[in-house]
Amino acid sequence: MKNSKWNNVLAFTLFLVGTSIAQADPIKIGAFLAVTGPASFLGDPELKTLQMYVDEINAKGGVKGRKLELIHYDTGGNAKEAVGFVKRLIKSDNVDLLIGGTTTGDTMAVVTDVEKEGVPFISLAGGVEIIEPVKKWVFKTPHTDRMAAAKIFADLRKRGLSKIALITGDGGFDKSGRAQILKLAPEYGMTLVADESYGNKDTDMTVQLTKIRGSGAEAIINFGLGQAPAIVTKNLKQLGIALPLYQSHGVASKTFIDLAGEAAEGVRLPAAALVVAEQLPDTDPQKPILLAYKNQYETKHGPISAFGGHAYDGLMIAVSAIERAGGNDKAKIRDEIEKTKGFIGTSGVFNLSPEDHLGLNVDAFKLVEIRDGHWKIIE
Amino acid sequence: MLDLLFQLLVTGITVGSLYALIGLGFALIYNASDVVNFAQGEFVMLGAMTAIALLKFGLPLPLAALLATLATVAIGLLLERFAIEPAASTSVVTTIIITIGAAIFLRGAALLLWGKDFHALPAFSGDTPLKLGSATLLPQSLWVLGVTALLVMMVRIFFDHTLLGKALLACSFNRVAAQAVGINVKIMLGLAYGLSAGLGAIAGILIAPITFSSYEAGAMLGLKGFSAAIVGGIGNPMGAVAGGVLLGVLESLGAGLISSGYKDAIAFVFVLMVLFFEPTGLFGHKVTERV
Repeated sequence: MKNSKWNNVLAFTLFLVGTSIAQADPIKIGAFLAVTGPASFLGDPELKTLQMYVDEINAKGGVKGRKLELIHYDTGGNAKEAVGFVKRLIKSDNVDLLIGGTTTGDTMAVVTDVEKEGVPFISLAGGVEIIEPVKKWVFKTPHTDRMAAAKIFADLRKRGLSKIALITGDGGFDKSGRAQILKLAPEYGMTLVADESYGNKDTDMTVQLTKIRGSGAEAIINFGLGQAPAIVTKNLKQLGIALPLYQSHGVASKTFIDLAGEAAEGVRLPAAALVVAEQLPDTDPQKPILLAYKNQYETKHGPISAFGGHAYDGLMIAVSAIERAGGNDKAKIRDEIEKTKGFIGTSGVFNLSPEDHLGLNVDAFKLVEIRDGHWKIIE
Repeated sequence: MLDLLFQLLVTGITVGSLYALIGLGFALIYNASDVVNFAQGEFVMLGAMTAIALLKFGLPLPLAALLATLATVAIGLLLERFAIEPAASTSVVTTIIITIGAAIFLRGAALLLWGKDFHALPAFSGDTPLKLGSATLLPQSLWVLGVTALLVMMVRIFFDHTLLGKALLACSFNRVAAQAVGINVKIMLGLAYGLSAGLGAIAGILIAPITFSSYEAGAMLGLKGFSAAIVGGIGNPMGAVAGGVLLGVLESLGAGLISSGYKDAIAFVFVLMVLFFEPTGLFGHKVTERV
């Protein structure tokens, strides 16, 4: 009796070994994204993009003859959950690579574990602290908030404005953006005359804006995500404050224009090229890639946002690194990601190096203005 | 300085009257059954989201608002009939937990139905702000204030001058005695849920043009409305109204004069202080006097 049991186990093991020889193991990509919760407008298009392209790559035969397997957990934008899921992805799912960490908070929470275990990780969050200082295993694809701040300041300087009022929410994105603005302001000769904050679920910001009105500011910068920046935009109009308003790349989706309505007219913001793909000159090397991604996403899932593009960039950088590494050796994949040069993605042209784990420069952002309910490139 | 103060007051009263409407819903159900209905915020969200959806179907705004309110009332009645009533013989705590479950269920259903995006309702009478000296006011704020005042007055008349209202009030004072004099407590309970759902839905529709709405918009509003009801003395409808306006004004003054970062903290610390010094709420003892 005992004997036959062991025979079964042996047979099963042989069967497993047999199948794995006949058809190579899939390469496992672990994703942890904020598909629900307050950051869902980021995480949702990211997951849809990952699933769409993993399916497509597999339909074409996979990477070097091996299929990709996407294992996904939803963090709900909760950093504690993110830590738990990343541990599970590394230790029990044995993934070869991590993509995710929709928010800067989610990403930073898992960095320690990722570095300890040595798994290549491509983050989809904005904060500059993810790649500064450089962490061996951590990369990212979205533009940083510092680049956004620099882009806004450059435009303010062009318009001859220097007294600025800042209003930000209480989330990680907002706080990190605020820190970058405070840091960069002196470099661009900007004086901050007001620094207000609001809760991301607040429904009225007229109080903060009334204070800004009395501060002598020449322009207002709002760094935030979700519906709050749309309320700020509407409240400004309501209070009859006619100062130029700059938003961050966090609102570069059609939802913002729909919510803020007429009040959004004239609002300027740094945005990824994806939202203005059609307006790019035909000579732009990014244009074909942007249009291809846009068409594919929109036929399947409806209106595009810049955030899904970050997932596209991350996945494609990873896939080409896996191809060059010739397998799922984690250290080799990491080295190859770091060697990515001239990769044309939706966010810009990536040139990574051991000192720069993002590899984009400020030109990757386009400064856009909202006119007649549409984005217009204004540089 | 005076301008700032005036603008803060205008903002505070607008936001506060919304809290008042939600608080009123809490008070109604508490009155009828001693239960705190934690799905009250979800009624607010459902009203707004249904109205937005109906508007997208091409219905005119007044009709969409009316149908959305009726639909939310129907959901309130169904909730009472199929979730609250079967648990009538259990303790109040059980019923409260059921309402929490109902809130999560409604939120989930809204998520499946309308997705995670925020949706906006167009303002009832345009977006051109009205000037009041140096302060400005949205026409929508006038709608909020006007309709709130009207509803509060109607609730007041309902309780003080109609037989039905008095019967509902009787249930809150002594359910057994009310039953003994021939009041159908079951129907009264349904009435309370329907009324609360309707009030919540109207609050949601009124505020949606200003603050937008999403599947999870109800949670925070529900919490603020609950605070309003507590401050006013839970179970006292007019107390809840006063509590709501007070809370809104305090929040706005706190944000404007102290720091916007402490806005919610100021409101909730105030609630704690009220509970500490006046456990029955600022206007709570008046109810007992009326008995």
